[in-house]
Amino acid sequence: MQKLTAPENMTDSLKSLEHIEFEGGRSLWNDAWIRLKRNRLAMFGFWVMLFLVSISLITPWLAPYGYEIQDLELGASGPSLAHWLGTDTLGRDLLTRLMYGGRVSLLVGFAATAVSLVVGVLWGIVAGYTGGSVDAVMMRIVDILYALPFMIFVILLMVVFGQSFLLLFLAIGLVEWLTMARIVRGQVQALRRQDFVSAAIVTGLSSGQIMRRHILPNIMGPVIVYITLTIPAVMLFEAFLSFLGLGVQPPQSSWGVLIATGVETMEEYPWLLIFPGLALSITLFALNFLGDGLRDALDPRSASGAGGIYE
Amino acid sequence: MSKIILARILQGIPVLLIVVTATFFLVRAAPGGPFDAERSLPAEVVKNLEKRYNLDAPVLDQYVDYLGNLVRGDFGPSFRYPNRSVTELIATGVPITFELAFYAAVIALLIGVASGVIASVRPNSLQDYLPMSLAMTGICLPAFLLGPMLVLIFGIWLEWLPVSGWGYSPGDKILPSVTLGSAYAAYIARLTRAGMLEVLLQDFIRTARAKGLSMPGVVFRHALRGGLAPVVAFSGPAVAGLLTGSFVVETIFQIPGLGRFYVQAAFNRDYTMIMGTTILLSCLIVMLNIVADIFAVWMNPRLRQAK
Repeated sequence: MQKLTAPENMTDSLKSLEHIEFEGGRSLWNDAWIRLKRNRLAMFGFWVMLFLVSISLITPWLAPYGYEIQDLELGASGPSLAHWLGTDTLGRDLLTRLMYGGRVSLLVGFAATAVSLVVGVLWGIVAGYTGGSVDAVMMRIVDILYALPFMIFVILLMVVFGQSFLLLFLAIGLVEWLTMARIVRGQVQALRRQDFVSAAIVTGLSSGQIMRRHILPNIMGPVIVYITLTIPAVMLFEAFLSFLGLGVQPPQSSWGVLIATGVETMEEYPWLLIFPGLALSITLFALNFLGDGLRDALDPRSASGAGGIYE
Repeated sequence: MSKIILARILQGIPVLLIVVTATFFLVRAAPGGPFDAERSLPAEVVKNLEKRYNLDAPVLDQYVDYLGNLVRGDFGPSFRYPNRSVTELIATGVPITFELAFYAAVIALLIGVASGVIASVRPNSLQDYLPMSLAMTGICLPAFLLGPMLVLIFGIWLEWLPVSGWGYSPGDKILPSVTLGSAYAAYIARLTRAGMLEVLLQDFIRTARAKGLSMPGVVFRHALRGGLAPVVAFSGPAVAGLLTGSFVVETIFQIPGLGRFYVQAAFNRDYTMIMGTTILLSCLIVMLNIVADIFAVWMNPRLRQAK
């Protein structure tokens, strides 16, 4: 205990110093923001996502009709003043269902990405910071898991344990963390050898404190870029599963569910396919542009690569 | 080189074993037996069924039996189609899925590499923006959206091409192959452009230009080999994507391939069929990944020194 208190006092006195460091860090973010603002496509993506997320948050108050309200006499009708995007075969307002479906799609995208973020970052930091045989074992596990065809296993999981919502994004999240872990580990390995980490060790911070206070803020750039690429990948995967009937189950709707039901009647009522399809495509566009822009903004050295929701 | 090949193959074996084991126990852990869906059967019938499908033995014995049968290429009988073995069913689907994936891969490579190269030769010009915005569109139009749209436009409105089937009427292979290949064409175009841009900046390219070699000559004789490295690295994940992509495409176009069997088995809870298709697809993906790795080393001699 004696040993612990002294360094902690020292860290207190270092707090002010830390603040200075933080100022430097913030100007990096300022730079990145300025660079991002110059990229019109990325800003378009940013505003689209902001718009979609805010709409999703207030959908229950904003939606013009009830989620399950049917107007069987009306049936499927094209876009009109009463129903801006038309109605489906059961006479349900498509705009309403699109808004609720977007909530689900975005929620799955964000939640699964959050799962992969937590697992991947923890795994990567511990492996990269500890190094040695711990690192070797941890990354060997990642290598082996990488070789497994996870998409097939997620479907198997959904079949075996029923299509529960929680399982859906847990399963997807647990697939997506591998790349995150690799990226983070690479970054941490490079950071570890730098002087400010040695300085932190000398002041007596524990490994956990160093990882949290010094390593974590410095790897946020690549992590954020990868997050913006993981979200569309996850949304795509959810839509893929729901399209096959293995993901979100009706009457709950997601964009994948809406596209699947739209396909069934696309010959007679093409708008039931077109609008959900547009919603998904525009979201994927927006997130990809934003991801590309963020990569260029946060790491100007990297050439704009392929960007990767298919990686 | 042969050492690397051997090492990669040896690394693949534990992965395959994990695949088989995980699949087997996952399916066994499923709540509810495979015969629950039918109306409640008399106890003797269930007993007989269980005997028929070897479900009455201890789980570990079942596992060892299943492994033994697998090695001999026997996936056991199907739960849903009792007269046919899973092996038979799969055998009818594999060639179809392979053909589909092959055409899709050819389309993806031809279009992807060509437009990537065209874009990279004159970066930030119309020649760059046009193919790249098309590529972005391709990436944001997943197969389950593009497929129905193509069916609607070329099959139903224009009536140019058949809307379903595989090898029943002329031209019915075009739409499924394009649907499956387009996203990968788009992605490969972006990868090719990025790879080529990096290579085209290097000294040996300038030397080749200075010697008077034409731009096409430079691209084909010097730049392409290095510029395609990212594409080669992507070929492993791409193969996996093409095979899982067949789930969607075969469902949309009603093609009796492996992907459709898998999706149907998943719906019907045909456990032996799910296990069979999961294991087969996984093994294919793992093995093709190994081939892709070996190919990448062959393309880039620097990787040989890495380990």
